[in-house]
Amino acid sequence: MAEAENVRAEPSAQTRVFGEPVLTLENIELGFGGVKAIDNVSFEVRKGEVLAIIGPNGAGKSSMLNCINGFYKPQSGSITFKGRKLPGMDPHFAAANGVARTFQNIALFRGMSTLDNLMTGRVLKMNRNFLWQALYWGPAQREEIEHRAYVEKVIDFLEIQAIRRTPVGRLPYGLQKRVELGRALAMEPEILLLDEPMAGMNVEEKQDMSRFVLEVNEEFGTTIVLIEHDMGVVMDISDRVVVLDYGRKIADGTPDEVRANQHVIDAYLGVAHD
Amino acid sequence: MFYREAGIFKTSYAADQALFRIPLDRLFVIGVVVAAIVVVPLISNEYWLGSIMIPVLILSIAALGLNILTGYCGQVSLGTGAFMAAGAYMAYKIATNFTWMPIPLVIVLGGLCAASIGLAFGLPSLRIKGFYLAVTTLAAQFFLLWLFQKVPWFVNNSASGVPTAPPRSVFGELVTGAEATPEARYLFVLAFTVVLAVIAGNLVRGRIGRTWMAIRDMDIAAELIGIRPLHTKLSAFAISSFYCGVSGALWSFCYINTVESSAFDIFRSFMILFMVIVGGLGSVLGSFLGAFFIFLLPIALNNVVTTFGLPIATETISHIEFMAFGGLIVFFLIVEPHGLARLWQIAKEKLRLWPFPY
Amino acid sequence: MSEFWFFLEVLLSGLFAGTMYSLVALGFVLIFKASGVFNFAQGTMVLFAALCFVGFLEMGWPVAVAAIVTVGIMVAWAYSVERLVLRHLVNQAPIILFMATIGIAFFLEGFAEFIWGSDVHPLNVGIPNDAWFVGPEGEMMIQQFDLAAAIIAGLLVTVLALFFHYTRIGRALRAVADDHQAALSVGIPLNQIWVIVWSVAGFVALVAGIIWGSRLGVQFALSIIALKALPVLILGGFTSVPGAIVGGLIIGAGEKLAEIYGAPAIAELVSYMSGINNISLGGVEEWFAYVLAMFFLLFRPQGLFGERIIERV
Repeated sequence: MAEAENVRAEPSAQTRVFGEPVLTLENIELGFGGVKAIDNVSFEVRKGEVLAIIGPNGAGKSSMLNCINGFYKPQSGSITFKGRKLPGMDPHFAAANGVARTFQNIALFRGMSTLDNLMTGRVLKMNRNFLWQALYWGPAQREEIEHRAYVEKVIDFLEIQAIRRTPVGRLPYGLQKRVELGRALAMEPEILLLDEPMAGMNVEEKQDMSRFVLEVNEEFGTTIVLIEHDMGVVMDISDRVVVLDYGRKIADGTPDEVRANQHVIDAYLGVAHD
Repeated sequence: MFYREAGIFKTSYAADQALFRIPLDRLFVIGVVVAAIVVVPLISNEYWLGSIMIPVLILSIAALGLNILTGYCGQVSLGTGAFMAAGAYMAYKIATNFTWMPIPLVIVLGGLCAASIGLAFGLPSLRIKGFYLAVTTLAAQFFLLWLFQKVPWFVNNSASGVPTAPPRSVFGELVTGAEATPEARYLFVLAFTVVLAVIAGNLVRGRIGRTWMAIRDMDIAAELIGIRPLHTKLSAFAISSFYCGVSGALWSFCYINTVESSAFDIFRSFMILFMVIVGGLGSVLGSFLGAFFIFLLPIALNNVVTTFGLPIATETISHIEFMAFGGLIVFFLIVEPHGLARLWQIAKEKLRLWPFPY
Repeated sequence: MSEFWFFLEVLLSGLFAGTMYSLVALGFVLIFKASGVFNFAQGTMVLFAALCFVGFLEMGWPVAVAAIVTVGIMVAWAYSVERLVLRHLVNQAPIILFMATIGIAFFLEGFAEFIWGSDVHPLNVGIPNDAWFVGPEGEMMIQQFDLAAAIIAGLLVTVLALFFHYTRIGRALRAVADDHQAALSVGIPLNQIWVIVWSVAGFVALVAGIIWGSRLGVQFALSIIALKALPVLILGGFTSVPGAIVGGLIIGAGEKLAEIYGAPAIAELVSYMSGINNISLGGVEEWFAYVLAMFFLLFRPQGLFGERIIERV
């Protein structure tokens, strides 16, 4: 617990109070061919919390995120979001309603500059038609400038001013992860899905990233769902933890509860299956 | 030393997002355009204007179009010639059926017809990518050319099947057809080229351009941040085909002065693809450089042969041309995938330090 | 009744022509399977091989010697392509490699004609060229040449299938096709494999070139005809040898039927709409294959025999 206090000041995570569920997943099932990736999983995401999804490799964590933002359609089950109960999300609907995400393997637009990558996050909020854009004048120019101003705020927040005009393909790994977070933030998300945001980072980079995640959560009230393998980080920054194993949910609760859960210990440390 | 980025500070986002962010660049481009309007017609003879400048500018428009589709949006097309033909034939239909219509409008409408046809052939791009898509654009190439060639309606049932472009004027000056002076045709084509180039520059630095590049670089991620892949690809297909259509209409009306399908065969499609690759994928400037380079290469080869009186048959020269084109494509793809435009940029970066490199 | 026999004749001649497309498509599939390169130059390789072969024959060389030397040239060609082009483009996007092969195609076309000229060369290697007449009153004509060509194509496919399944090189090829890096890590030399594959594709190109050339004369147009192998591939799926065969047959038969039965129907429609009589709309063959492939892709993007791709992020 000593580490936790370093990152987040009191009151500690457990005493924070959260609002209504913003996203409810019920009985989600997803399979590829004969393989069950997700098997009857239900949980909810509450407004303003930091929710971690953990589990061994292949437990279905990324598939879960893919269902939440509509890249995969679950075969059965439902997702309730914004008061609508849907059999599956549509990527465009999710993005338009404030679900943003980052990816396990960086999925940036490698040929474009950092600035342009972040500006793509504003695409859904820009609506000047084609003719204005062809002229790049009047409303279209005002719109570009307005969104540029917002993107510059994100750039300042993430401290990536120096690489504004660098093509992201040339950036080192850690910075690329940061730019990817920036692109998601530029969407002004209500729910931010982070798929292993700290994979492959060293300690300092992890600390930076944890700090950004917490600041986003606290300053903008953004709900955060993250997948992470580093248990230290997970236990420190999350309010609630969902544990998946072989596509099934085996635990759901505060970090302390999960830590004490026998199923979780079995899944991580191994147990003699008979 | 003389060409510098440092010390140029921008105080507004508007200035920072300008088409040319460095004043010297802006001056240079304005200078080139002014020279193209004023100086070129004065110093060029009929051969240079009529047989080099006009076709090069027209092909630049087509290259711009293909660059939007391939260089910016990442969808390879081998059907450029067909979309040019669509523009040419439809402009011909419009010009002859609505004789009162001003010619610039005719050309634009021809381009719009090409755009709608391009839209139709872009539909498969929803489900297929890469070279699969390239093959379906071959369908456009072969089918459309066949259609224009075989159905007499497109040429007003003309007996020869190859009608001449109707003469039309702008401000009392003939600009199309064989009777128009090269100067008038040149300026007419140049006006289209400049306007379309500026529009292309604006599109690629704005929202639409970013969605295109996002689809090109990683379509899945683009979709998940809310970019609709079909909308985006179709907009690229439509705008690209519009450019090609305008280019095709100008080709028929201001350069060869006839409307014929053989001008737009698959070989034309390849040449324009080569212009884009050699000039630079994803570069407006590159489209122009590529068009100049690919169009002038055979002429230069021929001139070398005649100047030195080399005993090479014309047929053989055309074979050497093929080899040179092929070799260049491979060379650029391996050594400099961003083409001549990138070389230009490197030259500018060198210039920044010159003459004191340390 | 004779109409039925005529239909059968059209269908059969289409199927025979289809085996020819299959032969070219086979070369594409080989290279695509082993290197993920979509080799646009396969059609030009057909032209090049045929030109070399017919060139040597015209110099008075015996058929066997000409064939062997041509195969040697194709191997040398494969080696230089690997050395000068492929090696430098490892890890590039597939579409870049595709465009590079367009460049290779142009180069080879110029090169072939630079050496051998661009005349049409007749070619006769002794494939029988008579016709049989089948049916109660001999209504249906079968070209012996077509039949012989189909048999040769079938033999070639069988040999290649055996080669792929039962030889050490064949196994290595399949390994490379599955995963370049994994193959490298178990010690399969990638570069060598590529040379072999391009050589085999060169050999297939020679066979296709000889058959096509005997039928139409060896000429520039061969490389345009060979482009039809592209829609064949789309129909069959890029990675499937049986797909190339079936795709070729469908396209061959389909375009012949469209030419004979479809074109007059379209012509009638156009006449009706435009009020002009006597429109002839020959040449449906030119585009039918591409349009068919395009519509097919809308329903089954991976082709008849291709594998479905699951996208992941």
